[in-house]
Amino acid sequence: MDSRIQLVAIVGAAALLLFVLEMVRRRRLLERYALLWLFSAVVLLGLAVWRDGLERLANAVGIAYPPNALFFVAFAFVLLLLLHFSAAVSRLADQTKVLAQRLALLEERLEQAESGETQRLERAPAGLGEDDDVIEPVGAPRARRR
Amino acid sequence: MTSVRPDLRHLAVVPAYNEADTVGHVVHRIHQDAPEWDVVVVDDGSSDSTADVARAAGARVLRLPFNLGIGGAVQAGFTFAREHGYDIMAQVDGDGQHDPAELAKLVDYMRAHPQLDVVCGSRFLISGDEHRYPAPISRRTGIHIFAFLLSRFVRQPISDPTSGFRIYNRRAIRLFATDYPHDYPEVEAILMLHHHRLRMREIPVRMYARGGGVSSISSGKSAYYMIKVLLALFVGLFRRRPVPEPGRDARVAAETGF
Repeated sequence: MDSRIQLVAIVGAAALLLFVLEMVRRRRLLERYALLWLFSAVVLLGLAVWRDGLERLANAVGIAYPPNALFFVAFAFVLLLLLHFSAAVSRLADQTKVLAQRLALLEERLEQAESGETQRLERAPAGLGEDDDVIEPVGAPRARRR
Repeated sequence: MTSVRPDLRHLAVVPAYNEADTVGHVVHRIHQDAPEWDVVVVDDGSSDSTADVARAAGARVLRLPFNLGIGGAVQAGFTFAREHGYDIMAQVDGDGQHDPAELAKLVDYMRAHPQLDVVCGSRFLISGDEHRYPAPISRRTGIHIFAFLLSRFVRQPISDPTSGFRIYNRRAIRLFATDYPHDYPEVEAILMLHHHRLRMREIPVRMYARGGGVSSISSGKSAYYMIKVLLALFVGLFRRRPVPEPGRDARVAAETGF
């Protein structure tokens, strides 16, 4: 049995785990994004240490050389993380859009107020419609999920 | 249901991206041919003088800090209409394709059919060839594919799914201020109306070729958009959408497709 690759895997997974923890500690990484990283680092570390488990997994999915199963799992996690980031980017894009729209509306209202034309153009009181939920962000239901 | 009365407040939303050549003309045309309409131009992050031209022409201007695309721009208009309590909102494109004189036709139709939430102007329902809309063949093919699919999805004939020349009542304004699609938003919007049990009808209108500027959808991109919108349509079919009740916003997120 080649134990060098196991050693490399253990050191690598442990380094990843420590690095992620350190980033969270320094507030460089939000906990909500760190969780998936921590989880994958722990699983990789577990598989690297518990060689038997890795062999069982390799047998179960038909991989002849067990360390390859480790790379397979690692790759699966990378894909999962990328998908997670795509979702995060989508949410940010959504929130950015709402912010841009709100900014445009506020700027326009400010200009109207400064030019003193608000009263002439506005008939509704305070420029608001029937509903007062003006600052309710459209992206809120999604943001609350995480 | 809001009954349509002459004292209602009307808002024409003009989305414009680098349309300095035409947007002033469009605003003047609305003031002249549809004087009861207030005009707000949504400058979608233009790099030219679109906002200044629109302001000089007497429109109110929403300046988006960067380009959001047509869907985001029009949604800013919906939010404006909702917050300022407008009863009827229309979209009039900033490139001069839409004829403001036709707005009265749309409003009259909504007045005659108060159960409708959206009335849409269709360039393909015009009889006779003299007012036919001159669109490139690739574009028309796409439009017809969307029309075919949508007509089946919503079980109602749709002839011009990409037409932005529409008027919306308060219910529709509330819905779309909360959630409006991104690219070719008009296509998906029809599906959304159907899911939310809002009613729309098409009536024939005249449309012109673009007066200037560059279309937001170049021919190279149209295939890409086509696939994107098809994806959004099919995903939209399986999306659970709650029916908004009066006084309650639809619980939906604004992002569709990717």
